[in-house]
Amino acid sequence: MMGWLPVALLAVPLLGASLLLISPGSLRPVLRVYGLAFSGLTLALAVMLAATFDYAQAARPQFTVDQPWIPGLDLRFHLGVDGISLPLVVLTALLTFLCFAYLSWGDARGPGQLRASATGRPRALVFTLLVLEVGMIGTFLALDLLLFFVFFEIVLIPMYFLIAIWGGRGRRGAAIKFILYTLLGSVVMLLGLLLIWSQTGTLDIVALGQAHGAGMSRAVQILAFAAVGIGLAVKTPMWPLHTWLPDAHTEAPTVGSVLLAGVLLKMGTYGFARIAIPVLPEGAVAIAPWLGALAVVGIVYGSLACLAQRDLKRMIAYSSVGHMGFVLLGFATLTTVGINGALFANVAHGLITGLLFFLAGAIKERYGTADMPSLGGGMLATLPHLGAVLTFAAIASLGIPGLAGFWGEMLSLLGAFQPAEALPRGLFLVFMVIGGLGAVLTAAYFLVMLSRVTHGLPARTVPSLVATHPGPAEEPPASAAGLGPDGPGAGAEAAGERPEASETEPFVPEATIEGMRDIRGYELVAWVPLIVLILVFGLWPKLLLSLTTPAVQTLLGALS
Amino acid sequence: MIQQIHYFVIAPPLVLALAAGLVLLLDAFLPAGRRTTAGLGLITLAGVLAALGFVVAQAARGGQTLATFCVPDGLARAAGAAVPASAAAREAGDGAGLCSFVADRFTLIFAGVVLVAAVVVVLMSMTELAGGGIPVGEWYFLLLCTLVGAVTLPASRDLIMLVVALELVSLPVFALTALKRYDGRSSEAAIKLFLVSVVSTAIMLFGVSLLYGVAGSVHLSRIAAVLSGAGPPPEAFAPALEAAHGLPAVVTVGVVLVTAGFGFKIAAVPFHAWAPDVYQGAPIPIAALLSVISKAAGFAGLILLLVTALAGQSTTWSPIIAIVAALTMTVGNLLAMRQRSAVRLLAWSSVAQSGYILAPIAVASRTGRSGDALLTGAVGASVAYLVIYAAMNLGAFAVVMIVSRTAPRNELDDYRGLVFHSPVVALVLAFCLICLAGLPPGLAGLFAKIVVFRELVDGGAGWLAVVMAVNTVIGLYYYVVWAGRLFTPAPAVTAARRTFPATWVAAGLAVALAVVFSVAPQLVLDLATASG
Repeated sequence: MMGWLPVALLAVPLLGASLLLISPGSLRPVLRVYGLAFSGLTLALAVMLAATFDYAQAARPQFTVDQPWIPGLDLRFHLGVDGISLPLVVLTALLTFLCFAYLSWGDARGPGQLRASATGRPRALVFTLLVLEVGMIGTFLALDLLLFFVFFEIVLIPMYFLIAIWGGRGRRGAAIKFILYTLLGSVVMLLGLLLIWSQTGTLDIVALGQAHGAGMSRAVQILAFAAVGIGLAVKTPMWPLHTWLPDAHTEAPTVGSVLLAGVLLKMGTYGFARIAIPVLPEGAVAIAPWLGALAVVGIVYGSLACLAQRDLKRMIAYSSVGHMGFVLLGFATLTTVGINGALFANVAHGLITGLLFFLAGAIKERYGTADMPSLGGGMLATLPHLGAVLTFAAIASLGIPGLAGFWGEMLSLLGAFQPAEALPRGLFLVFMVIGGLGAVLTAAYFLVMLSRVTHGLPARTVPSLVATHPGPAEEPPASAAGLGPDGPGAGAEAAGERPEASETEPFVPEATIEGMRDIRGYELVAWVPLIVLILVFGLWPKLLLSLTTPAVQTLLGALS
Repeated sequence: MIQQIHYFVIAPPLVLALAAGLVLLLDAFLPAGRRTTAGLGLITLAGVLAALGFVVAQAARGGQTLATFCVPDGLARAAGAAVPASAAAREAGDGAGLCSFVADRFTLIFAGVVLVAAVVVVLMSMTELAGGGIPVGEWYFLLLCTLVGAVTLPASRDLIMLVVALELVSLPVFALTALKRYDGRSSEAAIKLFLVSVVSTAIMLFGVSLLYGVAGSVHLSRIAAVLSGAGPPPEAFAPALEAAHGLPAVVTVGVVLVTAGFGFKIAAVPFHAWAPDVYQGAPIPIAALLSVISKAAGFAGLILLLVTALAGQSTTWSPIIAIVAALTMTVGNLLAMRQRSAVRLLAWSSVAQSGYILAPIAVASRTGRSGDALLTGAVGASVAYLVIYAAMNLGAFAVVMIVSRTAPRNELDDYRGLVFHSPVVALVLAFCLICLAGLPPGLAGLFAKIVVFRELVDGGAGWLAVVMAVNTVIGLYYYVVWAGRLFTPAPAVTAARRTFPATWVAAGLAVALAVVFSVAPQLVLDLATASG
């Protein structure tokens, strides 16, 4: 078996990160290529994984590695890929690579762009992103409860620093809120995992999944499902545990938002499909109605909150709450259709929201603000290509048939129409209706956004933020002042030039609106793969569904 | 009758005591100066390493338990005259008679932790003493005396030895704290430590005397036998025991008093209030010593008494320990959040960490045996946490020591932008803090917490696990805020004064251990949790 492939998927970014730590100075000249090379290699390995995957047996974990790591804890280094995790592994590798592509060819102005070599702390940024990639991919590969937890935790610290160092104005508070909230969730999840372990005596996810909850009483299963579910729900995020998300997304730099929305949220929903539902089927049946109820509240709440937002990034963040509501509703139905829909929506959301955050970042970089009234409107006239891509992404996100966003929501709602036998059908019909209304609201806020930003006459408003802060354009953005552990010389210099590197100063736009340029080459490189995939999955959903269906049927073994 | 002494068994404390005497003599006869200062430091270091060598040698002899200062067989039989040589009696006497000094796995692990920590503390002391102003010979003498106590304590198997060893750990520390002469804070800290410690000793002695009165023996294994009914109570007390149909309330009082006495030593709430002032006032190496060595000794004594001698009374002490653990971690974490001084923050954080170490002991009642079995399950989790905590906490203290050379006030704000002028120091501190918080990449801390959580969930103390979970989050806040400060840009600071290289070695050693424990936590778990 090709067991080395998952190990290599983890080893390559880890190697990249540790080399940066070991030889600080010598890699600086090649830094732009460096991150690109390592994430590209990881992507190549992920593509190879997808190419050699045995699609006839998608329900079975393949490429398994199973080595004891810490016998004292029963912790085994157990990795593997099946139909559920394969798309997410590839998605992670792809998004990370695109983020590096975006950073490496970008120009010096954006926060943390790699070309801003003196002030953007580029080495620290590459290091952070590579460590983040290890954690994300590891979470999707792990087949051991504690190993899953370890990888789940690995992403916290890099994401904290990504927000806290390269983020926007309120970055410190947002970063603290993010890490405390998600840690609280994951510690509760750890208790649930240990409860499962103490009742069954094994941490092997595959064995536990095949046991279908044997060895655990109904009460224990409900308790464990609640604990694990809360942990995952914080990450997902599920209403009412979502409040960390808007701040984190708004303050994070573009790549941070992309990875946060594109991958980190998926780790929560993936946990439901991998651990909570297959391992604890009775607990799932008992809690599913609650999960469904909170999911539809999330859908409606997210949509209404979006309608009220002025900030583009914040609006996209809230739209994630709504979309994740559809995913959770799909899981709550406990049917093949619903869970398939949830997994599909998961991947689609990663692609679409990743693209949306890239776009929001590009807009913020050009206009100096993501405040929709300040943007003015008429983007289709001033920046026709950017406006067109934004329209495309928004329409994909609101779930128009033919694009990736449609199938997930449709299948989730279909699942709610005919939920599992053990669930109250009437209740789920209500959920379906409310969810459908939420889909309408989703369309509403995206159309409102488009009408405000892309349509209308291009207003020549100079963004107010620029007017109040006439900082010289060549000066680096505030958050980028200073640098990573790049050595004392440059650091002291940068710090000395800008004492108290003002945390309140906004990003300075690169030029006035007249001088703004439409989509640049490096942006195209980062966006086109996402656009293509959104189209492909929209037109040919079977590509993904055929992969997940057998795995979902296995995981539902006890229920169906 | 001549007492047979097995010198190999008592070699570690013996070597330390000899080194202490040698240091004092040399200090008296050698001329004062830089060379003598360094020389005495090296002699101390050699003594600690030699003791560590003996500990390793004892460990290398395999699982066999070495013992000395035993009650001779004849006397033991006379003491328990009524007992026939039954299985119960042999169980009670642990087969090898009643011994006061036992070197089993438990002893060796604690001795090893204490001595490795001592290496770090001695290295830090070299830097502290290079500054002058502190009498060198006295410092090393007192330090070695503390170590003698700390190595003896986990080996003690009778009440007298336990109390004497514990006093040997505590008494020199008052003097060490006060050695920074003409420093108001330091003197205040010493007085506080002295008063608290003396009061706690008095409380504990009262409890110990009650236990002795009931059981009629100072040996822990005999106390356990008597209190669990396997052995005969002393003649004088037998009628009262029978009248009470079980154990009198005085045992409960004894248990509570002894627990309270040890509570002071490990700075458990509500006996914690001395910790921050003393840590801040004392020289930093002594703060590190208090937070690791003295604490390890306190835990060793507490575990020996509760789990070995008072196993039968677990219904009395389990809830007390559980509540104390919950309070300790909560209070420690909440107060740590409000600190601005680095050392005070570490002080409160070490109070909170005491709570984590204490928590599994609350569910340890199921494994109430002596010997290697002592380390199975919950106690093993405590010990594993303690070992990992020692490594990461010493790393943090060593870095704080390095920074204190340039920023005497040592406030958290002094750490802003540390990564820009001394990146290695900043990364080391960040790693230690994240370890203490228990998040990857500080996997050692994460696994330590998982071990404890596992015992709690398995032992049915779900509520304590939830309290600890919440505390982990609170703890993360101040650790991560501090770690974040390291990476925020700050105005340029004055060029760092070169620190004496010894501190670098100390920090390097502690962090290397923390990294090793992160990659291979199995090492600690193998040590700490005997298979049975």
